[in-house]
Amino acid sequence: MSAKLVQGNEAVVYGAFNAGLKFFAGYPITPSTEIAEMCSRDLPKVGGAFIQMEDEISSIAACIGASLAGFRSMSATSGPGFSLMQENIGYAIMAEVPIVIVDVQRMGPSTGIATAPSQSDYMQVRWGTHGDHPMVSFAPFSVEECFTEAIRAFYWSEKISSVVVLLLDEVVAHMREGIDIDNVENILEVPDRGPFSEEKEGFRPYKVDRDKGAKLPPLGTGYRFNVTGLVHDEMGFPVEDPEKTGDLIRRLHNKIDAVEDEMASYDERYTEDADVIVISYGSVARSSLRAVRELRKNNVKVGFFRPITVWPFPSKRVRELSKKVKNIVVAEMSMGQMVHEVERSVGDSCQITLLQGIKGELITPDAIHNTVSEVISK
Amino acid sequence: MIGELTNKYLRMDRLPHMWCPGCGHGIALGALLRAFDRVKIDKDKTVILSGIGCASRAVGYLDFSTVHTTHGRALAFATGLRLLRDDVKVIVIMGDGDALAIGGNHFIHACRRNIDITAIVLNNQIYGMTGGQSSPTTPQSRLSTTTPYGNFARAFDFCNLAIGAGATYVARATAYHASLMTELYANAIKHHGFSFVETFTQCPVNYGRRNKFPDPASMLQYMKDISVPFKVAQNMGSDELQGKIVIGELIKEKEDVELNEVVRERIMKFRGGAQ
Repeated sequence: MSAKLVQGNEAVVYGAFNAGLKFFAGYPITPSTEIAEMCSRDLPKVGGAFIQMEDEISSIAACIGASLAGFRSMSATSGPGFSLMQENIGYAIMAEVPIVIVDVQRMGPSTGIATAPSQSDYMQVRWGTHGDHPMVSFAPFSVEECFTEAIRAFYWSEKISSVVVLLLDEVVAHMREGIDIDNVENILEVPDRGPFSEEKEGFRPYKVDRDKGAKLPPLGTGYRFNVTGLVHDEMGFPVEDPEKTGDLIRRLHNKIDAVEDEMASYDERYTEDADVIVISYGSVARSSLRAVRELRKNNVKVGFFRPITVWPFPSKRVRELSKKVKNIVVAEMSMGQMVHEVERSVGDSCQITLLQGIKGELITPDAIHNTVSEVISK
Repeated sequence: MIGELTNKYLRMDRLPHMWCPGCGHGIALGALLRAFDRVKIDKDKTVILSGIGCASRAVGYLDFSTVHTTHGRALAFATGLRLLRDDVKVIVIMGDGDALAIGGNHFIHACRRNIDITAIVLNNQIYGMTGGQSSPTTPQSRLSTTTPYGNFARAFDFCNLAIGAGATYVARATAYHASLMTELYANAIKHHGFSFVETFTQCPVNYGRRNKFPDPASMLQYMKDISVPFKVAQNMGSDELQGKIVIGELIKEKEDVELNEVVRERIMKFRGGAQ
């Protein structure tokens, strides 16, 4: 097949199908609805099922149920619905059930502006659900990346037996680019969950190494263990023993720490000789790249850094880069959320300047261009 | 007989259970085990889910694939679990606050979809686990820790709600009517489509003692006194039925389309009839 115009949301669905998606439960919400619509049309064709639930709370609950039954499951939403999902995001983390949630960020707080882009869910992704928990999230900036990052989201959700949030924004979700879906290279093979022990009696799904995720065989196949959101033992039964409690919470974090380097992904350009680096993700990074290229034409030594794995934040690389430059400019469509991660990574190594985008519109290349020019003229 | 059943269907190493002395949930669990035996349930092909609360702790004792979900959401988990797995029986056990307050929306939509799930609600008319707060089924004027001057709201009629929402099997029993309960559970499990059995149980510790029931037996006696079999109720006026509860099978439709069939049919259509 040759290249055709594909929308970001559409590419997410193509990616999910490539990764073996069999179940989608969701609730209509702008600007993510195309994902649900497409799944409702195409899932039956691959032996899967779509269901429109009564709200986002039940949508993610149904996804967890379908995943427990053995199927790759996904839901898609935006800020208001993502807030409703937080309860069961915690459940999936605690019970170690692989699911993928697409959050297409729009302007908030509350109903905000339904059709306006934003990046103000960045911290909600990380800390939205209660309790100590790790979080994994990938943020594409192009239509092709919507496709490949959706596959990567499924890959890692299976690897770590947990939630992965595919973090889009309204611009990335709705823009169209020409891509040849059938000929994208280096596609990840999403692993199967098995094989599982043939000894089904007394099977302990949560008996794994201290830095590994649990592997839950599909329910209703003869493995009669318990799944719960309570602190639990190796068989899934509630416990309140302090040692076992500490071990579980630590393992939930360890299993992410163990693969953090492997999971890290970023797009770094023009940093070799840079005096200043622009850090941004998602659609804003498109503006940044344009601005950086324009500035380079004028011989301004400016670099470009874009986290793709936005959680865990690529702190190590940002720390290294900060030691080589005088300034970092962070551009994001919020009052400043990712900038806190940059600050945490950089310490006193260099100056940090924040360019906020809080008007419900994409930060323009001009705005980034101007901010960089001001920073270097100081 | 029950000893045989407990060995067969319970995780004996999980006992003793956490329910209070005199609690009615054990009667319901016993009836469920008898119903399992009657329908010859396959332990490896049955998934039992629950929400949060006293009733929901039942799943921890049942030797099946079990999922103790979040408060009110069990039916939503069950819907996702069942949709592509018509090889498994799915049973959901909930409490009244669980299924009807926080989970009320999920409850009516599960009824409406007619997916093949059996929902059993143990209705003790109170939030027991948190110490006796009023629930959507606490009768008007009754006392609880959050209605110290009497409950001002009317109690939900669980079964009428289920019928109104389109459930295709709706039945009610009380802890007094243990053999009826067994029969209803068995029929509900056999029913093709969404089945719902409301089961009144007594909570002597957090409901009875604040509402002039001196002991569990007096609560069971009260359940017996206010219960009217469905057939008898057909010949009674609404005045006569004031303050009564109708027990037995209230709705038993067989012809309705079940959701899994629709899903399977669509998949088959796209596969040109080949599995």
